Amino acid sequence: MAKDGGQQHKQSKRSSTEEEVEQVEASEDVQERKERLDEDVDSILDEIDEVLEENAEEFVRGFVQKGGE
Amino acid sequence: MSVRRIMGTETEFGISVPGQPGANPMLTSSQVVNGYAQTQPLARKTRWDFDEEHPLRDARGFDLSREVADSSQLTDEETGLANVILTNGARLYVDHAHPEYSAPETTNPRDAVVWDKAGELVIMEGARQARLIPGAPQLNLYKNNTDNKGASYGSHENYLMRRSTPFASIVRHLTPFFVSRQVVTGAGRVGIGQDGAAHGFQISQRADYFEVEVGLETTLKRPIINTRDEPHANPDRYRRLHVIIGDANLSEISTYLKVGTTSLVLAMIEDGWLTDDLGVDRPVSALHEVSHDASCTHLLTLKDGRKITAVQLQAEYLEQARKYVEDKYGDDADRQTKDVLHRWEQILDQLAIDPMKLSDQLDWVAKYKLLQQYRDRDGLEWDDPKLHLIDLQYADLRPDKGLYYRLVKSNRMQRIVTDEEIRMAVAHPPTDTRAYFRGRCMQQYAPQVAAASWDSVIFDLPGKESLQRIPTLDPLRGTKAHVGALLDQCDTASDLVRTITGGAAG
Repeated sequence: MAKDGGQQHKQSKRSSTEEEVEQVEASEDVQERKERLDEDVDSILDEIDEVLEENAEEFVRGFVQKGGE
Repeated sequence: MSVRRIMGTETEFGISVPGQPGANPMLTSSQVVNGYAQTQPLARKTRWDFDEEHPLRDARGFDLSREVADSSQLTDEETGLANVILTNGARLYVDHAHPEYSAPETTNPRDAVVWDKAGELVIMEGARQARLIPGAPQLNLYKNNTDNKGASYGSHENYLMRRSTPFASIVRHLTPFFVSRQVVTGAGRVGIGQDGAAHGFQISQRADYFEVEVGLETTLKRPIINTRDEPHANPDRYRRLHVIIGDANLSEISTYLKVGTTSLVLAMIEDGWLTDDLGVDRPVSALHEVSHDASCTHLLTLKDGRKITAVQLQAEYLEQARKYVEDKYGDDADRQTKDVLHRWEQILDQLAIDPMKLSDQLDWVAKYKLLQQYRDRDGLEWDDPKLHLIDLQYADLRPDKGLYYRLVKSNRMQRIVTDEEIRMAVAHPPTDTRAYFRGRCMQQYAPQVAAASWDSVIFDLPGKESLQRIPTLDPLRGTKAHVGALLDQCDTASDLVRTITGGAAG
C-alpha cells in the first residue's frame, strides 16, 4: 500500500473519511432504531411478565386435556 | 364461484381448573354450556334434532357399520350432555370432554371470522356464569388444540360444495394445499411430536396429530382429508366438506385467510380449473416437516420431482387462483375475493423474505417472536416451562391474561373486524343464511322450540299433540330477505307455523 501514488493515497484517504462519516451517521440511525426496538421489546416483555401465571412448571404440568373431535 | 360459499367453523376449547388437573372435563364443560344457557331467552334446554345426522356416512360412498365404529364416532346418540341452540344460530354443546361452539352458517370469509370470534365471547361468558354458582371452581378456557401431552382437540371448518365434484379430485388437489397452508394458518406450538417429548418450536398445533392421507376418523388416525359426508342440506346437490386439519386461530387475519383461500381452492376444484398435479411425495411426513421448520425453507419433493418450499407451493395455488378469478370475473370480482388474493400474495411474499415481519398478522409468527424475545432476554432453552407457558397462555381466553389479547390491546396485532361487530354476532344470526331463521326462532319462540338442528326447527305448540317440524334443508333460504317480515309479524310460534304451513289446522 505504501507504494501507492501520493495522489491516489489522498483520494482514498478522503473517501474513507467520507465513508466513515456516513458510517457513523448510518450506525447512529441503526443504533436509534435498535434502541427503539429494544424499548419496544422491553415494554412488551415487561407487560407479559406481569400477567404470566406464577409457577410456570406446575401450571403447564396441570394443563391436562382429553382428546376431542 | 369466488371466496363466497356456505361456510362455518367449529371449535373445541381446552378447559382446565387451575390446581386440579384431574377435574372431570365433561362436568366442567357442561358447567360452561349450562352457564351460557342462563343468558339465553327463557333458558329452555332445546334438544338437538339428530334426524339428519349421519356421522358414519363416508363421502366415498359407503356407510361404516355401527359395530366397527369407535364409540367416540357415534356423535348422533344423545349423550345427555349439555346442548344449547343460540340466538345467533350457533350450537353450543359438550363434545366428548370439551365445550364446543359451532358457528352459524355464513356466506363469506369475513362473516365466518366475525361469528368465529363471537364464539370466544360466548365461551367466556359461559365460564363467567358458571363461576357465579356458589362454590364453583375457576374455569380457564383456551382456544388451542393440544395439551402437549398427547391429547389433541379440533377446530374444524365446513364448506358446502357441489355434489357433482368427484371426491378423488378434491383429495388430489386439496392435499398439497393442506400440507402447505399451515405457513399461513398455523397457530404455533412449543413441543415436537404428539406428546411434545422433543424440544423445539413448530408452526402448527395440529400437524403432528395427523397420521393418514384420507379417512373418516377425527379422533384416531386423523386424516389430512376427512371423508365425513353429512351435507345438512339436499344430499343430491351438495356435500359438506368437513376439514379437520386446521389450527384454532385467534388472529382474525389467520382465520380469514384460512377460510378464504380454502374456499377459493375449492371453487377451482369444482370448476375443474386445476389441472397440474401439485401432489407432494409422502404428504403426511411432509406435513410434519413443514410444521417443524419455522424458517419456511424446508424443501418438499413434488411427485413430478420438483423441490419447492411450502411457501412456493402456496404461491402456485395463488397464481392459479389469480388466473381463475381473472378468467371468471375480470374486474368484476367481488371485493372480498380481491382482498383475499391481495393479502394472500403479500403474506406469501413476506414469508419468502422474512417470516418474522408478519408477527402482527399471523398467530404462529406472533407467538414465535414473543418466544424468541424471551429466549434472548432470559437465555431460555426450548424445554423451559416458561416457554411452554407462553404457548399455552397465548390462547387463554381471559382478556387480561390471554397473550393474544394483550398483543391486540397494545396494537401489536392487526385486526379486520370490529369489537362492535363481534358483540352483535354474539346475540344475532347472520342475515343471509338459514341461521337467520333458526336464530330468530330462538330469540322469539324459545319456549315452544322442542328441538333444532342445522336443517330443521321443531316446535312443540300448545294444543298440538304432535311436534311440528319446519325443515330448513336449503342453507340459502330462511334468510332475512325471505322470512324477516314474516317473523316480525308472527307474535307466537303457533302463528308462525300456521302461516308457513298455509293456514292448515291451527
